Amino acid sequence: MEPIRKHEGLVYPLNRANVDTDQIIPKQFLKRISRKGFGQFVFYNWRFDSKGELREDFSLNQPKYDGTSILVAGENFGCGSSREHAPWALQDYGFRVIIAPSYADIFYNNCTKNGILPVILTDDEVQTLIKNAETEKYQLTVDLEEKKVYDNKGFEASFDLDDYKREMLLNGWDDIAVTLTHAGKIDQFEAARD
Amino acid sequence: MRRPKTVIEKIWEKHVVHHEEGKPDLLYIDLHLVHEVTSPQAFEGLRMNNRKVRRPDRTFATMDHNVPTIHRNVIKDEVSKTQMETLKTNCEEFGVPLADIHHPDQGIVHVIGPELGLTQPGKTIVCGDSHTSTHGAFGALAFGIGTSEVEHVLATQTIWQSKPKTLNVKVNGKLGKGVTAKDLILAIIGKFGVKFGTGYVIEYTGEAIRSLSMEGRMTVCNMSIEAGARAGLISPDDTTVEFLRGRRHVPEGEAFDQIAEEWKALASDEGAVYDETVEINAEEIEPQVTWGTNPGMCIPVSANVPTEEDGNNDIEKEEIRRALEYMGLEGGEPISSVSIEHVFIGSCTNSRLADLRKASEIIKGHKVHPNVRAIVVPGSHSVKAQAEAEGIDVIFKDAGFEWREAGCSMCLAMNDDVVPEGERCASTSNRNFEGRQGTGARTHLVSPEMAAAAAIKGHFFDVRHLEIPAPI
Repeated sequence: MEPIRKHEGLVYPLNRANVDTDQIIPKQFLKRISRKGFGQFVFYNWRFDSKGELREDFSLNQPKYDGTSILVAGENFGCGSSREHAPWALQDYGFRVIIAPSYADIFYNNCTKNGILPVILTDDEVQTLIKNAETEKYQLTVDLEEKKVYDNKGFEASFDLDDYKREMLLNGWDDIAVTLTHAGKIDQFEAARD
Repeated sequence: MRRPKTVIEKIWEKHVVHHEEGKPDLLYIDLHLVHEVTSPQAFEGLRMNNRKVRRPDRTFATMDHNVPTIHRNVIKDEVSKTQMETLKTNCEEFGVPLADIHHPDQGIVHVIGPELGLTQPGKTIVCGDSHTSTHGAFGALAFGIGTSEVEHVLATQTIWQSKPKTLNVKVNGKLGKGVTAKDLILAIIGKFGVKFGTGYVIEYTGEAIRSLSMEGRMTVCNMSIEAGARAGLISPDDTTVEFLRGRRHVPEGEAFDQIAEEWKALASDEGAVYDETVEINAEEIEPQVTWGTNPGMCIPVSANVPTEEDGNNDIEKEEIRRALEYMGLEGGEPISSVSIEHVFIGSCTNSRLADLRKASEIIKGHKVHPNVRAIVVPGSHSVKAQAEAEGIDVIFKDAGFEWREAGCSMCLAMNDDVVPEGERCASTSNRNFEGRQGTGARTHLVSPEMAAAAAIKGHFFDVRHLEIPAPI
């Protein structure tokens, strides 16, 4: 996967809690057998009406959020189905960083396996970012090495991410290759049990 | 004296392959279940890197998510067909056992694992599906994973996992008559919310849990993920052992008696400590119906749908407003006055033989309401065959239900079983998310018994008050 060290980008605010993966990518698009091309379907039922026309009342469709690459959302983001198509769709659409007060566990893991950085900030910090991005085009910097999020107007917040996931994301490592360095231990474990 | 341990700690300790301070543990996986939707990209990854499936003998695949439940030989959707054919090719190439659409073992992956005895106490079990938590009913540590992790487990038979925190959900007292395991888990999620289990593995304990059948325990553990917990389990006991006795993949004779003792020894020790404990009184729980767009939005069947004003803050108020709008409800009306057009009895939550038996007892002698289209989708080929041997299919068909072939079906509507836009479904499945059963479809989660009562009445109705029809 592509490494991520420091990302500068525009913010898209989605002020909703409990956004489930059925909303991020509805089931009718899960039948493809490659990892690519899911971006066009992201938030499909919110972005398009039943005739397939763009819904202007859904914020992501507004021109002011064109080119955004940092998604900021409410708590428990990515709950529900384990479908990795959700991070694939977000990434393919252009998002590299997500910021929320909390995530569903499976979605959080899935992000880190695909080079998407899931940042956890406090409720208040997230609300500040959402407000800023709703008011104007809002640029943010996310620094994984320093574990910091900041803008050029004085906002600064720190976040935590476990060292293993951080190392994988910083280096863009394939974790199967890392695990296979422990192949001897897996052999021993199996020999002792089987 | 040895420190008392939870079943979760006992299973964890037996599966650590590699431990390094400050990093996740490398955990060995005993059983990897595979289906057609979340595996194609994983097999493709193996192929690209010239890797093999490390333990095909610990891997088992089936087709469930997008199989048709009528006309099995005609798969109209080309993309679904490709996905099923891809699984077949992948299983052949990598030597993975597969119960394909025509195989007698085919069924919903979380129904057939226990049915075949592949699911056993003490095992670590994963599948690219969030409802893998179902297998926790047996005292197994079972959780859903993404496709990258599917590839990782195929290649290495292990997974990196941080040791989870433990959460004891203690259910005191007994469930009342007509109140089911489904009502219990909905009430738990309704009370504590859709994220109270995030970061935890739940162990369900207490009198009401001990009294549940294995089918009931599976229903409870199945929906752990709807509370945010990746896994939820129940300590093994005699009920667990008796369910597994004689199943195809468990030992026989003396070997069974020996392993049964080992299984029971896995139960949490008296005095084991949990990171968190919550309690609920089973006696207070009524049959439940969800009114909104996540499983925590549920109320007793005797209650009124909430209004925006019931939200505790602006975010909650907005959430209620959006949910009411999507569901086409005013707020404030009794849930029992809400009419439905569809009934779905099925899914990995409630499609086992015991579920179908109970729903059929309610249905017997009644007719499906003329405004309702009702379908039953058994969880597996074997459930269907057993139900037919007992004449359960006839009861459903006589009442006006459609009797289908096994699959996930209308739970997520990846096949042709779709609820049309704006229409309402009483469903025994696990998720009432927007669009889950079809774009614009409105889902209300209920137990099989409550779904049966709704099918008869055409609206939600307390199954405990349903009149018994006069014998014909």
